[in-house]
Amino acid sequence: MRVTQGCFSFLPDLTDEQISLQVQYCLGKGWAVNIEFTDDPHPRNNFWEMWGLPMFDLRDAAGVLMELTECRKVYGDRYIRMSAFDSSHGWESVRLSFIVNRPKQEPGFRLERHEVAGRNIRYTTKSYAVDRPEGGRYGGQ
Amino acid sequence: MNSPAGSSAVPRGASQTPPIAKVDLRREFNEVGIGEVLDQLDRDLIGLKPVKTRIREIASLLLIERIRKRMSLTSEVPTLHMSFTGNPGTGKTTVALRIASILHKLGFVRRGQVVSVTRDELVGQYIGHTAPKTKEILKKAMGGVLFIDEAYYLHRPDNERDYGQEAIEILLQVMESQREDLVVILAGYGDRMDRFFASNPGFRSRIAHHIDFPDYSDDELVAIAELMLRDMNYKFSPDARAAFISYVTLRKNQPLFSNARSIRNALDRMRLRQANRLVADLDRVLTADDIMSLEASDVLASRVFGKASG
Repeated sequence: MRVTQGCFSFLPDLTDEQISLQVQYCLGKGWAVNIEFTDDPHPRNNFWEMWGLPMFDLRDAAGVLMELTECRKVYGDRYIRMSAFDSSHGWESVRLSFIVNRPKQEPGFRLERHEVAGRNIRYTTKSYAVDRPEGGRYGGQ
Repeated sequence: MNSPAGSSAVPRGASQTPPIAKVDLRREFNEVGIGEVLDQLDRDLIGLKPVKTRIREIASLLLIERIRKRMSLTSEVPTLHMSFTGNPGTGKTTVALRIASILHKLGFVRRGQVVSVTRDELVGQYIGHTAPKTKEILKKAMGGVLFIDEAYYLHRPDNERDYGQEAIEILLQVMESQREDLVVILAGYGDRMDRFFASNPGFRSRIAHHIDFPDYSDDELVAIAELMLRDMNYKFSPDARAAFISYVTLRKNQPLFSNARSIRNALDRMRLRQANRLVADLDRVLTADDIMSLEASDVLASRVFGKASG
């Protein structure tokens, strides 16, 4: 099941060329671009791990793409996303975020029903991927 | 993802249009507006004849290269890394800024910013500090020009565990693999740069243009001084000009003379003396001319003259 999070996730995967144009748009707006990765695709998993520091003061997307290439070498089997942080007063938050790398196989989610008092049911979603320990979830290592 | 991670980030506009058969060279020249930059270079920079000739040559080469690309005669990105050698204060940084704008106008760099760094900004203090530091600078310089001043400090032959070598390796790798994203200009004093290149042959072979900056002659230094004064809305009185000519002759023979930079510092001190002289006499009406002109006494009070007589 294809994970759809952030911008452009209902479109076909972006090519590197398209990614760099999006990054260039962010840089043009003065936003700092971050690279983050995870192997836990749960929609409530907001805090992905960062690849290096946020990239402030960049002028050209080539620098970000260089880091993305490095990140893919190490974590090519995981989800990688870019987020653009707007530091201007009043915003001070992420303005744009999109997935730039995803595992070859996305096993999807299962729905778990939990019966509680009074035969009420509570639902929870769990990714099949997280059944395996961290690091080996998408056939990596 | 769909395409392998490549180093070229944004495609050149030129590669998308179909190849053309004919080009009006004059129109092409005017269109990119480098003539203007070159003329400005001639006007603003005094002396430096060999440098200007080299830059004109490089600009012509790049203009032709650009046309060749549009005619689909070439797809290679020319190597644009340069090395500037010369004594302090000969205008290396100023020329680097001009080169960046020429490259930007011709479309060989995308943004045209100049990131000027020295060893401190590239080399770390401890193990594992250098690579992220160097990479951060490289990322900032992407799409523009990275100007490394006193580049020979990167290599310290007396200390084999020096982290400079790590920075050099990263630089070399990026200089080779991301030629279309970044132009690196190394600058430094001639003899030490020669030694640096001798111990790092990788650098020498990756640099296409070696430009040597000559020292300024006395006349040129005086002309530079007058240009600087004009920019600051000052001027020499005729006596002061004569005094300044002898100042330049004397100062050149003293140690630590750094060409135009020394001239700038001397002018700053002369402005200080002029202000002091004007304030000393409070009961007078000043004209704009008084405020603008430097007198011979302002020049002659320099310690350079004191040494010569004593």
